[in-house]
Amino acid sequence: MGKAVELKNITKRFPGIVANDRINLEIQKGEIHAIVGENGAGKSTLMKVLAGLYQPDEGEIFIFGKKEKISSPNKAIELKIGMVHQHFMLVDRFTVLENIILGAEKKKGFTIDEKTCRETLKKLLELYNFKLDLDARLEDISVGHAQRVEIMKVLYRGADILVLDEPTAVLAPQEVDELFINLRRLKEEGKTIIFISHKLDEVLSIADNITVLRRGKAVGTVPADSVTKEELARMMVGKPVLMKLNKTPAEKGEVKLSLRDVMMKGHGGRNVLNGVTLKVCGGEIYGIVGVEGNGQKELAEAIIGLQQDYDGDIKVCGKPTKGLSIKQIRDMGVAFIPEDRHRQGLVLPMKVWENSILGLHRKEEFKKKTSIDIKKAEEFTSRNVKGFSIIISSIHQAIEGLSGGNQQKVILSRELSQEPIVILAAQPTRGLDIGAMEFVHQQLLEKRREGKAVVLISADLEEVLSISDRVGVIFDGEIVAEFTPEETTLEDIGVYMLGAHKKAGESA
Amino acid sequence: MLVAELFASSLRMAVPILLTAIGAVYTERSGIVNIGLEGMMIVGSFWASVGAYFYGPIMGLIYAMMAGAFLALIHSVATVTFRVNQVVSGVALNILAYGSSRFLSLIIFNKATTSHHVSGFKTVDIPGLSEIAFLQPLMTDISPILIMALILVPVSKYIIDKTVFGLRLRSVGENPLAADTLGINVFAMRYAGVIISGMLAGAAGAYLTMEHTGMYVEGMTQGKGYIAMAAMIFGNWTPTGTLWASLLFGFAEALSLRAGEGSIIPYQFIKMIPYVLTLAVLTGIVKKSTPPAASGVPYDRSTG
Repeated sequence: MGKAVELKNITKRFPGIVANDRINLEIQKGEIHAIVGENGAGKSTLMKVLAGLYQPDEGEIFIFGKKEKISSPNKAIELKIGMVHQHFMLVDRFTVLENIILGAEKKKGFTIDEKTCRETLKKLLELYNFKLDLDARLEDISVGHAQRVEIMKVLYRGADILVLDEPTAVLAPQEVDELFINLRRLKEEGKTIIFISHKLDEVLSIADNITVLRRGKAVGTVPADSVTKEELARMMVGKPVLMKLNKTPAEKGEVKLSLRDVMMKGHGGRNVLNGVTLKVCGGEIYGIVGVEGNGQKELAEAIIGLQQDYDGDIKVCGKPTKGLSIKQIRDMGVAFIPEDRHRQGLVLPMKVWENSILGLHRKEEFKKKTSIDIKKAEEFTSRNVKGFSIIISSIHQAIEGLSGGNQQKVILSRELSQEPIVILAAQPTRGLDIGAMEFVHQQLLEKRREGKAVVLISADLEEVLSISDRVGVIFDGEIVAEFTPEETTLEDIGVYMLGAHKKAGESA
Repeated sequence: MLVAELFASSLRMAVPILLTAIGAVYTERSGIVNIGLEGMMIVGSFWASVGAYFYGPIMGLIYAMMAGAFLALIHSVATVTFRVNQVVSGVALNILAYGSSRFLSLIIFNKATTSHHVSGFKTVDIPGLSEIAFLQPLMTDISPILIMALILVPVSKYIIDKTVFGLRLRSVGENPLAADTLGINVFAMRYAGVIISGMLAGAAGAYLTMEHTGMYVEGMTQGKGYIAMAAMIFGNWTPTGTLWASLLFGFAEALSLRAGEGSIIPYQFIKMIPYVLTLAVLTGIVKKSTPPAASGVPYDRSTG
């Protein structure tokens, strides 16, 4: 066994920061090598260097022992490095086959030689024991299968080194298991796999070796079987991390948010919400889990009033919200932490202080005759920055320059500053590192202690189970099961998430 | 006899719509909306008269297609490279086409609104079938451009569905970012789609001038470029569907021509039939249609 990849003193600078600081890394042929680190630790940058998307400022790269310059993504493919992106790069309306061969079609003259393509793919699928229907349209297959298509894409192009960027972020637990079976099979066939993640349990179960990055530096490489989760977390953060949150028993108050038989039709007339009924009390965190695209987004948008075209009732503190504007709903005490902070939570090119009063700008406290009292807004922002330990160079900096964690903190500080009654948090920790995630969790628990009703919509099962008081599983626009975290396991919930058996929604 | 005649007339009326609509399939499948098809048809009709007047029908067709392609090139530069709003660019081109044709017509023919008379292609009869009295209107005096348009339907279907070019064209219209990461030149594919549409719209203009009227007349396209877009939508962005839709619109037009003679309904209302049909069809099917996902969306590498 030789080295598949060897990086020597890789340095990559961006204006103002060193994303990769003299990183040394050795990846053996045929191993599964995990790279872990907080967001902003330089994982993605390093992988983009390897995939030919970035050029390092310094350092050398050896692929299979030969010094190489990876000047473009095509060069990376030539060197047999295949990147499986976190966000799928697939065409929904194409078949699986078309998606895989696109750009590397086997031809007969001008025509696609479909027969040869199909045979090649069938052989590959058999060899790696992947199950995929080549003729299914991508829009009809599950997320787990779509990911297989992505992996097949790079295998079809002859990759020997596969780079998977946060591959489990979008999967249900069962799908993660299947992915790991696939990955182990690839390893048996001699492929080298680089696995980027921040989920430590997964990394420990799949990887042979783990390299930890912290603030652009490689802190160390350890064999997976000789390290514990706590040790890894400490390496990542640089200080001991509380793996268990101190959660006080719930002190349930009155019902603050209630939904009854909420139905919504989506594009094309299919029901995206199929009669959602649930009640959330003050002083509790109600977690909603599900595979993405089962109505979570629509549910959140109905509650905050972005979507008005639904049947059924949504009540905040007993008052129906239907027909009210978003502003009116917010004034009733609903805070919204949107799923897509770039699209809904922030205006990226605007400054930090501007973003932190977005939506609050009409409040008396920021008013000065007809304009905004900029001084007060700045003071407010500075207070938030301090209170939430947001790391920025100036409140006049454009918010797009902040890390994901700090951007999320700006949203949190804004949304929680107005003493909300109901807090609607959609995927609040997506893409955040352990430190920031812990912070968000503590904030939500803090609000729970204060007697607020918190709805936590998340794809991260562990997160939901660790901080919620009740968990509802959403499948196909319906809450198909409700549990308390104590009475259930990851696997149980996973079964419901995949819709394997439906259980009537039991509302509290 | 009457049925065959009406059908033959529908077919003739359908040709310019069909040619342009097939072009529209190419441009839309690549992700670019081309409202400028009307303008490309206008310059096609004008330049066909120039080419045909001076050098004969073949050059007439070539001039028309080149003029359409040139306008399409401007549309691609604006919308693909500079990411100008596609509707705005298309509308601007329509105005440019109208104005430039009038201006050049004045210079070349000394008349602002018409060209001199030009001759078209020699028509052909289908051997054998043209002998049958019943089919005679359908099988005689056929313009080669009509035959070309009909052949284009299966050919385009093959190109779009089965060739490497077609797969890549569709991919940039559906998810340009995905195509880009696979090394497909998004810009080149979109230029190709738009320019093909311009050439076909130009050919449609040539058909009007050379085969239909025998001269260029200002405003002779009568919004057929827009009707072609409706036909393409009605045809669900496929060449075959587009054929049926074009025949339907052609039929409406043929009907409006015939019904006008001695009818008690005012002439103006009868002239509306194709346009009312266009609106009715679009309102009826628009919910069921599935446009390419990235159609109308400019592609910017940095934001995807």
